[in-house]
Amino acid sequence: MFADAFKAAVLLFLAVVVQATIMGSISILGGSPDLVLVLLLVIALLRGSIYGALGGFWAGFLLDTAYLGTLGVTSLLLTLAGYWIGRYGETTGRDRAHAPFLSVAVATVLLAAGELALHFLLGERVEARASLVDAMPATLLLNLLLTLPVYALVRRLLAPERALDRAAEIPIVG
Amino acid sequence: MPRNRSGGLAALSSTVRRTPPRHFPARKPSPLKRRLVVGVLAAVSLALITGYFRESESGPLHDAQSVASSAMHPFEVGAERIARPFRDAYGWLNDLFNAREENERLKAQIELLTSQAIQNSTAATELKRLEALLDYRGSDTFPGDYDAFGAAVIVDPPSRFEQWIVIAAGSKDGVRENAPVITDEGLVGRVTKVMRDQSRVTLLTDKESAASAYDIRTEAVGVIRHGAGSGDALILDRVPKEERIRRNDVVVTSGRRFGLLPSIYPRNIPIGIVTSVGQTDIDEHQQIQVEPFVDFSSLDSVLVLVRKTPEPDLP
Repeated sequence: MFADAFKAAVLLFLAVVVQATIMGSISILGGSPDLVLVLLLVIALLRGSIYGALGGFWAGFLLDTAYLGTLGVTSLLLTLAGYWIGRYGETTGRDRAHAPFLSVAVATVLLAAGELALHFLLGERVEARASLVDAMPATLLLNLLLTLPVYALVRRLLAPERALDRAAEIPIVG
Repeated sequence: MPRNRSGGLAALSSTVRRTPPRHFPARKPSPLKRRLVVGVLAAVSLALITGYFRESESGPLHDAQSVASSAMHPFEVGAERIARPFRDAYGWLNDLFNAREENERLKAQIELLTSQAIQNSTAATELKRLEALLDYRGSDTFPGDYDAFGAAVIVDPPSRFEQWIVIAAGSKDGVRENAPVITDEGLVGRVTKVMRDQSRVTLLTDKESAASAYDIRTEAVGVIRHGAGSGDALILDRVPKEERIRRNDVVVTSGRRFGLLPSIYPRNIPIGIVTSVGQTDIDEHQQIQVEPFVDFSSLDSVLVLVRKTPEPDLP
């Protein structure tokens, strides 16, 4: 468990560095891919709500640090996003093929709306049209394109716990 | 013929090994535990936001952020170096697609710069003469009142709508808030946040940015700011209709705000070239579009200007 948590933390750290230095400068059709969000959602989906919440807080803190933004803003949003998708994975979504794509699509839209609302509440100048309409289709598409490779990578790195497989033995009462 | 009934096994109350699931184990944490975790994390986030807003720039959270950003700094620099060839290749491909348009633009720019160089030469001679005659004091001329030092760009603008960058120079290098930032092409923006090793620079293309500027040919003064549309286009606002601004006029910083207050930007830093001029009956000012000299999408390094004399007080 701790090894997985460490792997997830390192993955998120690397994703934040890549996001801040590379992904941010990629602009295709007005949108930019959000590697950190996709990675967080995949981890949450595969590992559950606690991983999602902790990973979201960690990734948000790193992003706020890298961008010198207001500490806590991105942490709050990603904590909630990770927790919510983690719950989806724990309940219904984990074994469904469309779950990663559905999670990324929904979370991308909701995160953009959440960011907008939070920055508005903090008294910062925001433009709903710019982030929710102009950039959203391209960002959504790019995030969905990232989902499959990221999902495959994370599934490979965070392997199933063998100890839990043994619990599949059940008594049959005659 | 032997009967193959599995019911016998059940009667013996033995255990049957079920095939292990291929999917990830669905071990769920207890509701209390997971709610506690997310509740605590959300509360900590809210506490961080509140504390960050309430404290001063030298508060403990800002210090912690500064330390954390310093710790991330080497990784960002390393990643940036690794990514540089790929970004260059991407930029090269992008340029290739836009080569024709770029070619025409560059030809026009060469013509403009050639004539501008002649004008500059004449203007420099004239300026010397005027300085001698009028004891003109260029209180904000470059480089007389400023020191300049280079800084690498380590974080690009996060999106089209958040037009700021992070540079690898901070308070320990002498960077101060509101310090002008330029490149050899022209004005980039100003420093809006300073940490120990890094600073945030809000670009001229940000919606919050504005600078007093004037047209070199007519000396008409206005305010340069981001245009309403997308992209890097700027507009020179608040120029009265009677001023005869023309296409290809060069716009530079005026060094003063409206009134006689000093600007945070030195005078005569190039900003861009006029691409279109329009008027409407209802608007008392002209609609002047300016194409900036600086390519804000590919900033690698910038020059930060630090005033030698005390900063002017901003009201």
